[in-house]
Amino acid sequence: MPQEHRLILKHADSPGYTNDLECYVRHGGYEALKKALATAPRELADGKKMSPQEVIRDEVLKSGLRGRGGAGFSAGLKWSFVDRKSGKPIYLICNADESEPGTFKDRQIIHKDPHQLIEGMIISCWANDVKLAYIYIRGEFPEGARILNRALKEARAKGFLGKNILGTGLDVEMHVHRGAGAYICGEETGLIESLEGKRPYPRIKPPYFPAVLGLYMCPTIVNNVETLCHVNHIVTMGSAEYAKLGTPNNTGTRIVSLSGQVKRPGYYEIEVGKVTLGELIHHENFGGGLRDGRQLKAIIPGGSSSKILKAGEVFKVNRKGPDGQMTKVDVALLDLPYDFDSLQAAGTMSGSSAIIVMDDSTDMVEALANLSEFYAHESCGQCTPCREGSLWMAKALHRLTHGHGRKQDADYLVGIAKNIQGRTICAFGEACAWPVLSFVAKFKSEFEAKGAADEARAKSSGSMHQRSSPIAGLHAGKI
Amino acid sequence: MSFSIPADLEAELNELVTHYPQKRSASLMFLHALQEHFGYVSKEAIEWTAKKLDLQPINVYELVTFYPMFRQEPAGRYVMKVCRTLSCQLGGADKLHAHFCGKLGLDVHKHGLQTSKDGKFSVEFVECLASCGTAPVMMCNEDFYEGVSNVKADEILAKAQ
Ligand SMILES: Cc1cc2nc3c(=O)[nH]c(=O)nc-3n(C[C@H](O)[C@H](O)[C@H](O)COP(=O)(O)O)c2cc1C
Ligand code: SF4
Ligand code: FES
Repeated sequence: MPQEHRLILKHADSPGYTNDLECYVRHGGYEALKKALATAPRELADGKKMSPQEVIRDEVLKSGLRGRGGAGFSAGLKWSFVDRKSGKPIYLICNADESEPGTFKDRQIIHKDPHQLIEGMIISCWANDVKLAYIYIRGEFPEGARILNRALKEARAKGFLGKNILGTGLDVEMHVHRGAGAYICGEETGLIESLEGKRPYPRIKPPYFPAVLGLYMCPTIVNNVETLCHVNHIVTMGSAEYAKLGTPNNTGTRIVSLSGQVKRPGYYEIEVGKVTLGELIHHENFGGGLRDGRQLKAIIPGGSSSKILKAGEVFKVNRKGPDGQMTKVDVALLDLPYDFDSLQAAGTMSGSSAIIVMDDSTDMVEALANLSEFYAHESCGQCTPCREGSLWMAKALHRLTHGHGRKQDADYLVGIAKNIQGRTICAFGEACAWPVLSFVAKFKSEFEAKGAADEARAKSSGSMHQRSSPIAGLHAGKI
Repeated sequence: MSFSIPADLEAELNELVTHYPQKRSASLMFLHALQEHFGYVSKEAIEWTAKKLDLQPINVYELVTFYPMFRQEPAGRYVMKVCRTLSCQLGGADKLHAHFCGKLGLDVHKHGLQTSKDGKFSVEFVECLASCGTAPVMMCNEDFYEGVSNVKADEILAKAQ
């Protein structure tokens, strides 16, 4: 039977569990930090020695931990890119911006178990020679910011944070920094600019890879809240044990945010790849199925920026056969294991692990119009294709949902989206193009029917199309 | 009204500056604190922040115009931020927004911030508040509410009276 496997959220919802330090310590909190700090250097076969910090970095690499923020990049590899020879300070930033529509997992950790995040960050700081770290939390989490600030204070008072941590001579300081309502602050280089006190205009890579030229042009690690929490468990369990959780190349557990038209929306922590999309939606341990009398229409599988999947789709996915050979097999949508690689093979991504379920009552044109308005509002405005294109797409969709559409709007939308993707500074370009490309590709008849009906109506009434600019102000202040 | 910062607030802000190797980093936190104190970010607040952080006023002003949470005009005493993004829309966000607008005599078609005649309440649509599983959700000032039915919305209004 498919089940949750709670590692990160093990205690979060248990009765009586509170978010203060004492409760955390009573449940074994800060033991991972002690264990990490007591790590012995490792002798290698070739006579070389690994420092305790290198051992922990190696453990994180071997655990297979992949970033939980969106891109699913190996955390250990990311850490290995850090420029340790520059002589500049190295910074760690926890990305607690949680702003990808559909996602509400970091909120649970921050509100219910803040010390788990702080402990993971302290270990990560020590392992990477970081003395100063920030938690960049979105502005709309004022309560989360208060909880974290109180937790930092408690950790300082108990000697887990600050000067001479646990008497080992280690110094680490950490502060909470609040954003102010802009989605683009979740993009790591936009976040860094924002933390520097500027507009969050993403930086171009190369050369501005955070590992080399990050915060204040110093080497910087940016990791998601959930990613940093996993570091504790890798230290506690050891990388080999940890890597047994989940599936090969998709190790550990992951918190899935499930929303939309299911009976039991909510957050569910699963072993990566051990539960299928169908189980997440239909099984009584998870979404519990659709509302009565409704059929599945579509799924957004990894946050609003991921490409939509249509009910009934079948995908070619690589599978290792009994002989060890990789072969392509057909996998139906609902049988897709929920992991990084399977969703990529299905032409989309698990992104921030946020699933939005739509049933047959959903109007796909309305749904896309909603998302496009989000992207038009959130484009930072630096790149012309993104700034203008996101607004044009939103306007075309506004027209289509307000009775002024045209049949060719579907193709028009695709044309704009294709001119955005690949032509921008940051991945927001793809994030706003992909929903449009995938919605129109998979539900084209709905877009065309709407446009054609509007055209027919306009013709019969003899009126010209109205081409007002109904959503003026979307870009307010950006230019 | 002349612009003055209470000593305890200034002390709090001075402490915030020490969190960063470069003063400029503190600007967002300054703006949050000043907006919370005055209800909005005035020209004086921008100039004061710039002076404190050794910046030009434009460096601060461009933040106020970019970041959606900052406003340059006072809003109602209670600001209702209703999430409008997809999961909440599927869960009835439009109905919730319309309910507030109806009760407060505001324009349902307006997405941006608008304030009731008595200056007490403001309503605006905002983007995903990261609680999509309990849609529709909203904030009333700093308080967060989930699964907001019309009945619950009325309770929130009543509590704010
Ligand atoms: C437009 C955009 C928005 C993003 N928003 C977030 C976010 O809200 N939270 C997050 O952790 N990562 C977000 N990311 C991903 C970050 O850029 C970065 O890859 C991530 O924080 C790295 O952490 P990880 O390796 O632990 O996943 C976003 C990326 C893009 C392009
Ligand atoms: S792609 Fe869009 S969000 Fe990203 S830098 Fe360019 S304009 Fe800004
Ligand atoms: S869509 Fe409303 S909280 Fe995410």
